[in-house]
Amino acid sequence: MYAFEPSEEQKMLIDAIQRFSINDLRPAAHDADENEQFSKDLIEKGWELGVLQASIPEEYGGFGDHSAVTGALAAEELALGDIAGAFAILAPGLFALPILFAGDQEQRQQYLGSIIESEWKPFTAALVEPRFDFDPNDLQTEARETNDGYVLNGDKVFVPFADEAENFLAYANLNGSSQGFIIPPGTKGLEVGERQPLLGVKALPLYQLSLNDVHIPKKNRLGGPDGHDFNLILDSSRIAVAALGVGLSRAAFEYARDYAKDREVFGVKVAQKQSIAFMLAEMATEIEAIRLLTWEAAWMLDEGKEDASKYAYLAHTGATNMAMMVTDRAVQILGGHGYIREHPVEMWMRSGRGIATFTGLAMI
Amino acid sequence: MIEFETPKPIVKQKYLLQTVAEEMMRPHSRHFDEHEHEIPWDYINFMHQAMQAVGAGSLTPSDGDAKEEMPEEKKKKKYPPIGYQSLAFMLETLSWGDVGMYLVTPGGGLGAAAVEATGTPEQKKKFLKRFQQEMPAFGAMAMTEPHCGSDTSAIRTTAIQDKETNEWILNGEKIFVTAGQKSLEEGDGLVVVWATIDPAAGRAGMRPFVVEAGTPGVKVTKLEHKMGIRASDTASIVLQDARIPYENILGSAEVPKEKATKGFKGAMATFDATRPLVAATGIGVARATLELLKEMLAQEGVNIRYGLPRQKLSNVERDVIDMEVMLESAWLLVIKAVWMADNRKPNPLEASMSKVLAGDVVNKITQKAVEIMGPIGYTRDHLLEKWFRDAKITDIYEGTGQINRLIVARNILGYRGSQLR
Repeated sequence: MYAFEPSEEQKMLIDAIQRFSINDLRPAAHDADENEQFSKDLIEKGWELGVLQASIPEEYGGFGDHSAVTGALAAEELALGDIAGAFAILAPGLFALPILFAGDQEQRQQYLGSIIESEWKPFTAALVEPRFDFDPNDLQTEARETNDGYVLNGDKVFVPFADEAENFLAYANLNGSSQGFIIPPGTKGLEVGERQPLLGVKALPLYQLSLNDVHIPKKNRLGGPDGHDFNLILDSSRIAVAALGVGLSRAAFEYARDYAKDREVFGVKVAQKQSIAFMLAEMATEIEAIRLLTWEAAWMLDEGKEDASKYAYLAHTGATNMAMMVTDRAVQILGGHGYIREHPVEMWMRSGRGIATFTGLAMI
Repeated sequence: MIEFETPKPIVKQKYLLQTVAEEMMRPHSRHFDEHEHEIPWDYINFMHQAMQAVGAGSLTPSDGDAKEEMPEEKKKKKYPPIGYQSLAFMLETLSWGDVGMYLVTPGGGLGAAAVEATGTPEQKKKFLKRFQQEMPAFGAMAMTEPHCGSDTSAIRTTAIQDKETNEWILNGEKIFVTAGQKSLEEGDGLVVVWATIDPAAGRAGMRPFVVEAGTPGVKVTKLEHKMGIRASDTASIVLQDARIPYENILGSAEVPKEKATKGFKGAMATFDATRPLVAATGIGVARATLELLKEMLAQEGVNIRYGLPRQKLSNVERDVIDMEVMLESAWLLVIKAVWMADNRKPNPLEASMSKVLAGDVVNKITQKAVEIMGPIGYTRDHLLEKWFRDAKITDIYEGTGQINRLIVARNILGYRGSQLR
């Protein structure tokens, strides 16, 4: 069957997140971006909404079952408030969800409970590498098998909260396939580099990370000795970023729409001009279409459909183009005022460009 | 719930229709494109018999009339309603075969859809029965006039009541009537003609009238020569003192005193139902194009590598992947719009959105496909150039892309027509 209405449970979650997004996240976004810093209290408040907790089963300390569809709905709603804040709130999932999807029993027992049952803590992951044609399926960071474990070498970028991380999940190329490795902070050879200056999501602390002959024991390989399927992790991340792109675009669209309905020009409202009204119509249409594509990919992932990876890729591709188009037009509709940092649309446009590049920065 | 599983009955139906599209339509696509106004009777007769066999008389989603005669226990639906969804899949698949030929599928077309959307139960019974007879019959809707297209409220065709004979007398000229010739001259069909019963009342005076084949004073005066969809006839119809029974008016004959636009709204309600379906036909053409393009590229050794960063893809691969994103997301918008129609949720926004996007997408995809295949794509040896021509109409009929953008804009802005013209 086709169905396009969130369940009662999902609606409750969406409503709670939306209240937080509009009342708390959005008002703090401007200063967070300017000062390149979050309020920890705000992240904690977002964490307490329980998005991650609700997707971890009870036996590991959570209170629900994982659903990519629910995750996509939640991510969209968070990004409606502030996408940088959304990344921060969802960050522990970068470590916890791969362990849920692909970890062995011992890893799940060891890590999940302590993440889920505590306050927000900076658990993180390192996937992205500093190359223009970065390819998650062809990592330059290398893992080599030794007698008692693995040795990792390579450079990572875009590692959230690396300076204060409780734990890292780093991805490396092991005999041609991308595999995750748990690397506790302080491990010899693991060096946290500079915080990276960014175009957008400036409040989100992203760091360089070098791995120089990092030795880790066998049990730290995600999934145990046989490793894991990387696709599930990549798909989840692509869908997460697509959903965040949809939420961000919705924010920009709604802001531009309300502005256009309020502002006068030549004796009528700006929105009464077809050139503006048509832009808004196309923005709304694209958002809705890519939103459905994102939901479909998430649903396929939940159902274990064969094409899930392809659709996650298509959804992310679509969201990349859509978010840029929508945020660019939002600035255009506000005209000169859109270019001024008092209005959030220029910030959203800077964030919007990142949808293409944020794979690996969120999971659902 | 959020789900994307194609319902089982639709999967079954689609499997059958795909065979029809491959066997009965594709092999003849080029012939009927090159021989405009020749009628594809083999396809028509086959479809007519097939639809009679499965009890689907007209190409309308409602089974309201048939249901009344069903025993009580069968009326209780175990399955959620999927009539419009099933129709969208059907139209998509047939248009994948050939959209021009699809447009001459017997069974009532837009005419039946208008009766379905605005008629009383008696009218539905009376007018739709003809599509379940032994011989195929066609239906059409006549709205556009020589002096007005998108501005439908400006129509001049009049309907005047003759109280003595209890008839309506229709006078005027209609153009661009899809399947108009077949509806009036090939079998016992009908055309739903929009006319005004009170020219001073504007939109409030607009009413649809059922004009049956064989009505004296109704004449097909011209068949258009078109860019694409050439298997489908586009007719001009002149009504000269054409008399039809009083009961053939769809909706009330009263023109309300206060400012009301019920007649116009009837037309718009029809469009809410038919726009996603027209969008579905565009999706069918787009899918046909993308599939053939990928096949042709594969023959040249170009296989699309999904999952790679865009920086590692060739330009052609990027184009194809973008086309796939457009196609799938536009199709989902169509499905959402018909799903809403099936579940009796008002869908004017989604209906117009789906039409806007499908109109864009099918044009972008067919244009890009011809471009990518270069001199091979440009020749009539392949169907890509035909689909390029067929695609354009999707953005024009059943409300141009611009009219539908207006409707979307008014909906999202909460504006009335007077606030956003």
